Amino acid sequence: MMAHLNDLLVCLFMLAGAIFCLIASLGVFRMPDLYTRMQAAAKSSTLGVVCIILSVAIHFGDAGVTTRAMLVIVFLFLTAPVAAHMVARAGYISNVPLWHRSVADELRGQYDAATHELASGRPSAEDPRG
Amino acid sequence: MRLFLGNLLLAFVWSLMIAEFSVASLIMGFAFGFLLLWLFQPLVGGSSYFGKVRQIVRFSLFLAKEIVRANLHVAWHVITPSSFFKPGIIAVPLEPQTDFEATLLANILTLTPGSFSVDISTDRRVLYVHVMDVENAERTRWELKEQYETPLLEILRS
Repeated sequence: MMAHLNDLLVCLFMLAGAIFCLIASLGVFRMPDLYTRMQAAAKSSTLGVVCIILSVAIHFGDAGVTTRAMLVIVFLFLTAPVAAHMVARAGYISNVPLWHRSVADELRGQYDAATHELASGRPSAEDPRG
Repeated sequence: MRLFLGNLLLAFVWSLMIAEFSVASLIMGFAFGFLLLWLFQPLVGGSSYFGKVRQIVRFSLFLAKEIVRANLHVAWHVITPSSFFKPGIIAVPLEPQTDFEATLLANILTLTPGSFSVDISTDRRVLYVHVMDVENAERTRWELKEQYETPLLEILRS
């Protein structure tokens, strides 16, 4: 019974991981500009890979593999968003345009063209509910 | 801190007792140890530890839920026509925080639904976030701060 349950979990996580990776690639294909594409790629591919690594950990089930899998997950959560963020930043600095239907761009004009220092503009955080 | 070490020790003893040393048994031992320490709280003191563990567990579960929701959100955006999108970059003012806290916050924002951190200003006062649906910029700003920044800083400080 326990073995069956484990197999079931392994299959479920593997399937979920594959589906999330598929969503990520479809997102990269479908989204209109670099920034929306990075949204899809960063979110879905991270969760997809995490699901697959979890299924690996459950399948082998010994302490060595599991701790390493946990480490991989932690590092993935720490590094995958940073990579996506660097791609988007590089895109913005090299003037990759936002999609023409974008409704806001508060980053415009905040970069110093020579030093790439980023000004903080006009911060305000009032509670809209008053 | 002392209670945390005690809790770890209890988890270790538990794994030795059931003669199975794996991550699952350690986690179970930690949970039982936590329950035990909580029952004997008048003896061991330190109510802040119990509050903190509860806070961390609650925030992690919330994040796990949000990450899954983010993926369903992306899937939904993949199947709907792109004319429904209203993306944009908005500036979110930050509480003063260390590099570590800002990195964690930016990563959390990237993994949660609809938001994606692009860059942080050089003076660390503003995080520029790309948002999938900007209905009301002020409201989004406030929501991001309220949902993610406040609980995160509460856990990391205090």
